[in-house]
Amino acid sequence: MIFRRDTWSEILSSVTKNKARTTITVIGVLWGIFIYITLSGAAKGLDNGFERQFERVAMNSMFVWTQQTSVPYKGFKTGRFIQLKLNDVRTLKTKIPEIQYVAPRNAKGVFGGDAPTITKDLKHGKYNVYGDFPVVVKIATKDIYDGGRFLNEEDIKHDRKVCVIGERTQRELFNKNENPVGQFIKIDNSYFQVIGVHKFVQGGGFEDDGDIYIPFTTFRKLYNTGENVGWLAIAAYNDADVIEVEKKVKTVLKDIHSVAQEDERAIGSFNLGEIFNKVQGFSKGLTFLSLVVGIATIFAGVIGIGNILLISVKERTRELGVRRALGATPNEVKGQIILESVFLTLVSGVLGIILGALVLAGINAATQDVTDFPYTNPTVPIPYIVGALLIMIILGTLIGLIPAQRAVSIKPIDALREE
Amino acid sequence: MIAIKDLHKSYKMGSNVLHVLKGINFNVEEGEMVAIMGSSGSGKSTLLNIVGMLDLLDTGSYTLDGVPIVNLNETKAAKYRNKFLGFIFQSFNLINYKTALENVALPLYYQRVPKKERDEKALQYLTKVGLANWATHLPSELSGGQKQRVAIARALAAQPKVLLADEPTGALDSTTSYEVMQLLQEINDEGKTLLVVTHEEDIANMCKRIVQLKDGIIIEDKKVNQVRASEYV
Repeated sequence: MIFRRDTWSEILSSVTKNKARTTITVIGVLWGIFIYITLSGAAKGLDNGFERQFERVAMNSMFVWTQQTSVPYKGFKTGRFIQLKLNDVRTLKTKIPEIQYVAPRNAKGVFGGDAPTITKDLKHGKYNVYGDFPVVVKIATKDIYDGGRFLNEEDIKHDRKVCVIGERTQRELFNKNENPVGQFIKIDNSYFQVIGVHKFVQGGGFEDDGDIYIPFTTFRKLYNTGENVGWLAIAAYNDADVIEVEKKVKTVLKDIHSVAQEDERAIGSFNLGEIFNKVQGFSKGLTFLSLVVGIATIFAGVIGIGNILLISVKERTRELGVRRALGATPNEVKGQIILESVFLTLVSGVLGIILGALVLAGINAATQDVTDFPYTNPTVPIPYIVGALLIMIILGTLIGLIPAQRAVSIKPIDALREE
Repeated sequence: MIAIKDLHKSYKMGSNVLHVLKGINFNVEEGEMVAIMGSSGSGKSTLLNIVGMLDLLDTGSYTLDGVPIVNLNETKAAKYRNKFLGFIFQSFNLINYKTALENVALPLYYQRVPKKERDEKALQYLTKVGLANWATHLPSELSGGQKQRVAIARALAAQPKVLLADEPTGALDSTTSYEVMQLLQEINDEGKTLLVVTHEEDIANMCKRIVQLKDGIIIEDKKVNQVRASEYV
């Protein structure tokens, strides 16, 4: 019966010729699926947005620094300050195979202390200066404007006095249209050649758009830091458990620096991977919520269809009686009502999907240039849509059963008497 | 064509049992045009409904065109109705959102006749009742007489053995009534068996035989000289 073209044209004529009824019925489910699509699309957009915020940083990375000890150990009393050394890097890498990259970093101006004065001709200002290895970009990507480059191994090897400056530094120290690359600026009392300008990206932690990067080796000569390391940026392999790696790193460092294993204060750390997992959990929760709300709304819509069909069956008692007098079997009448229900559900569902997609496209266009709000490319995965359509067909059938049963429970003779 | 023996039918009305038909014996030959008369409550509509398989009999037997109508469930009844019977109602019972043509084609739809053939046949019957020009009109755009003619075309479309008309002129003025009766007479002239329930004397006299019902039994069954409706029009 479902595959007869006639059946469908009969249903089509029945639903298209009762416009008011059809419209009201359709709106219920249309609204439901519309909410479903927009909500889950928006949740996906937020999810993508978070991902974009984090894409500049290796998602399973962490920072490790040192503080004062809080437990006496091996004859040392508490309150001892421990210092990370360059050698720790090699030890960590050999002892913990899950580690992909370790970037030892030093900085002046970030964690207390005066930022160095940077001078360019007559202009000057205070900016944070980092001593870095090139490997740091593997952990937190740095975009360099065309014509420039980031630090490289040669810079490290020869202790070159070169620097990568920030967008803001360029804006504040250089004239407009002046190409900073190749020019010299003075960091405290030494001249450095600018080799690149880095583009500021959100989500890079404590770094900002004025930061200046110089080779690690140059930094230690300039500020006499020797083998000392300010903190370590560490990235684990993608398949590693970041929290586990963080624990291991701390254990190894405590070993090296004669710190009691139970000392919670001596080594500080910030685990981006963990934060990222939390954010991901949040957006997963949001997706789940939107799914639940959306499906509940579809439910409500389909129940609305059932409701209206039930009323319309009452209204059409006479028509259905006539049909049966003319030879429609109870199954044919039932089938017609159920198929009308499924048809209405599907049509309104598809309309709702289209409408929802349009709204999502609108939101996408509107948030295209918004960078301070995590929202990118709101989409609804195809399986969600197929799932929703399936749910609608099943619910439409089930809900159609009630009015269909009602329609055939009245004897044709009674149906014909109905005024 | 129709053979009814010892037909009894009663309805339960709360605690009362209403004995509507109390032993009807009744035969109709092919090509007859029978008027069933009686005051309201005489059981004439019940008889028609049982003949029309819209209602079930309690005891007795009913044979239609040699087929004993027994063990009737709804599906079987629907098939028999579609194959053997055409209905004409007092209130026309056209489907209001379908055009005249679609209404006439409806019984053929349930016979699974393909759309094209269905429409051709429907148009043929609409032409027969003189409404070919009104094929695309909705019932709301037709007069009472036109509606009844569409209903007659619909009853004919499935080429039934018997036409059952329940007060076919009950909702029409006398001029229109005669027009409708003239049409029914013409159909009968072509050999179709007709059963007409009416309480109007002049309508009954346009049939070939009058069966009088009173309190559930046949009190009179006589052949009459048919008055041609065309004399009045």
